[in-house]
Amino acid sequence: MHKPRLQLQASFDIARLQFLDKQGQATQPLPDFATPEWLTYCLRQMQLARLVDDRAVKLQRTGRLGTYPSTLGQEAIGVATGNALMAEDIYCPYYRETGAFLERGVLIEEILANWGGDERGQNFQHAPRDLPICVPIATQMLHAAGVAFALKYRHQQSNQPLQVAVASSGEGATSKGDFYEAMNLAGVWKLPMVFVVNNNQWAISVPRNAQTATQTIAQKAIAAGIPALQVDGNDIVAVAWAVRDAMQRARSGDGPALIEALSYRLCDHTTADDASRYRSAEELEQAWQWEPIKRLDTYLRAQDLWSDAKQQDMERELAQIMESALNNWESRTPEPATAIFDHLYAQLPAAFYEQYDQLRDEQVGAERE
Amino acid sequence: MSEQAQTEQELKPITLVEAVTQALAYALKNDPEVVVFGQDIGANGGVFRATDGLQKTFGADRVLDTPLAETMIAGIAVGMATQGLRPVAEFQFMGFIYPGLDHILSHAARMRNRTRGRLSCPIVYRAPYGGGIHAPEHHSESTEALFAHIPGLRVVVPSSPARAYGLLLAAIADPDPVLFLEPKRIYRAAKQPVPDNGEALPLDAAFVLREGTDLTLIAWGASVRETLAAAEQLASEGIEAEVIDPATLKPLDIHSIIDSLEKTRRCVVVHEAARFAGLGAEIAAQIQEYAFDLLDAPVQRVTGYDTVMPYYQLENTYLPGVERILAGARAALGYSREGER
Repeated sequence: MHKPRLQLQASFDIARLQFLDKQGQATQPLPDFATPEWLTYCLRQMQLARLVDDRAVKLQRTGRLGTYPSTLGQEAIGVATGNALMAEDIYCPYYRETGAFLERGVLIEEILANWGGDERGQNFQHAPRDLPICVPIATQMLHAAGVAFALKYRHQQSNQPLQVAVASSGEGATSKGDFYEAMNLAGVWKLPMVFVVNNNQWAISVPRNAQTATQTIAQKAIAAGIPALQVDGNDIVAVAWAVRDAMQRARSGDGPALIEALSYRLCDHTTADDASRYRSAEELEQAWQWEPIKRLDTYLRAQDLWSDAKQQDMERELAQIMESALNNWESRTPEPATAIFDHLYAQLPAAFYEQYDQLRDEQVGAERE
Repeated sequence: MSEQAQTEQELKPITLVEAVTQALAYALKNDPEVVVFGQDIGANGGVFRATDGLQKTFGADRVLDTPLAETMIAGIAVGMATQGLRPVAEFQFMGFIYPGLDHILSHAARMRNRTRGRLSCPIVYRAPYGGGIHAPEHHSESTEALFAHIPGLRVVVPSSPARAYGLLLAAIADPDPVLFLEPKRIYRAAKQPVPDNGEALPLDAAFVLREGTDLTLIAWGASVRETLAAAEQLASEGIEAEVIDPATLKPLDIHSIIDSLEKTRRCVVVHEAARFAGLGAEIAAQIQEYAFDLLDAPVQRVTGYDTVMPYYQLENTYLPGVERILAGARAALGYSREGER
């Protein structure tokens, strides 16, 4: 059959960034921000995130915490992303983000409270304008686009510096319409916004290759006219470089960007999941070979920037932080039952008084007995 | 003649849709945090012209045409509102609101609660709703009950130009999300002078549109027209019906309805929406909870049928008209308990 002549209209490519390879060797000179202090700080924060996750999973296993999503093996993405934001930027997270929450100043006891069934865990004391942890998939990306609009609007109306909204998600979320609609709007409205996608290869039990036919997640951004970069998500220097670059771009008024961070979910989806039902022990064991903490540790030791003694000191310090947070969490006074009405509306409408009074009286009665 | 009276006299009567435009313009002019957006609302002024001229007056950075994506419209409003803006988002028709339901239900309505008051969503989602304009499929439904079920949301429906103006201003000023449903069948049905004075009407309070002692008729939105017409017919027969427009369907001002029942002891609820689990059921349930002893007759419901809203050739068969309302009223009036006959 005759093949008509076609005229090429556009072409695109997707690049991958890496500074530290799986063996912890530098593949190219590190960027200026990757000072010894910054690198050791990142090592500390990744280990703190892993410790928090580990303790949270144990608390769940002993019945003291509800369902919990660990970030095991993906700590570099959260820490590097959270670290790249300025205080005034707005973070719009999904739920697998322990490292980023810590960077944003979210308290460990707030994280525990949230997964321990207490809404006060979302009342971030030190990140008052960040969006709460978002459980329905990909919806936070549209909220982030709205936040980015508000930041741009304020910048235009009052000439204050342009701040940036950052949305995080897993790769499964990039199958949803919310993701495409958010990217499309961010592109056409040139919103100050960064999408960070943790491609950890699994959306609960569905592997990456059953999620999409695209070669990369990053290329999905091209459809919305947004620049995109794939990075080694277990190389914290690469993630940090990409997020910082995208944020600088957004802050300069040049619009949104997307980062696909390649990683691997070494944990179950949540504590309610058992990944051995759908993935092999061999695959998991292989994935452990390129996890982010070991990689940075190896690099730092090779540079004489880390040692067993330093590691032991740090572990002691982190254990104390964790213990203190656990104590704070456990010593919280429970909310009264009537708290379920207290923030339903700014002011409880009269139509709710009867239910409120009924609940309050039941509680008073229960306390008397 | 006082200055105010003079102004009132000179006021040009406006339609309900013009009152919506007037309220939006007032809010845009007086609150820099208000932004208005939706599909075709800019140069085109919206498919019903509710935003006519607003982009020209207030600029394209405050009155924005969005890409064609309803989930997006609902979702970005959440993000904007959490940062202190007062977004007023238009859905072109209520029938196209459902892709945005996730954001209205799962986020806008619960942001304040799940952050324990740290963030809130002062959003107005506007949508023309209801049947009767010979529109294509999906353009004529009344699904207010779906939304009234959502904790944390307000559902508000105006039924006159003055109430459209005052209630929309109240919705925009309200610190929580409001679904503002505009009865498009009466967008241009009647005109009245509406002073552009920025005065909001109370939310969560019913309006008594006609006083009477023999029967209480409850209706909102476009059905108020037929309900008032039915009341006039009854009056010509010597029966004085009280007509109540709840206007805010969630939270519902049941007390005004009970107060009316103290006088009338008989009640008919009218709505375009399907009957099953419609708001008539909620109102009837609350009446029997609070005022069982007041009732001289079961609460009658005059509603759309529990069918799919038909295409327009049969829509007037579906919608409750004056005759069906009168039949409901006569059933309520004619009822007497066994042994009392």
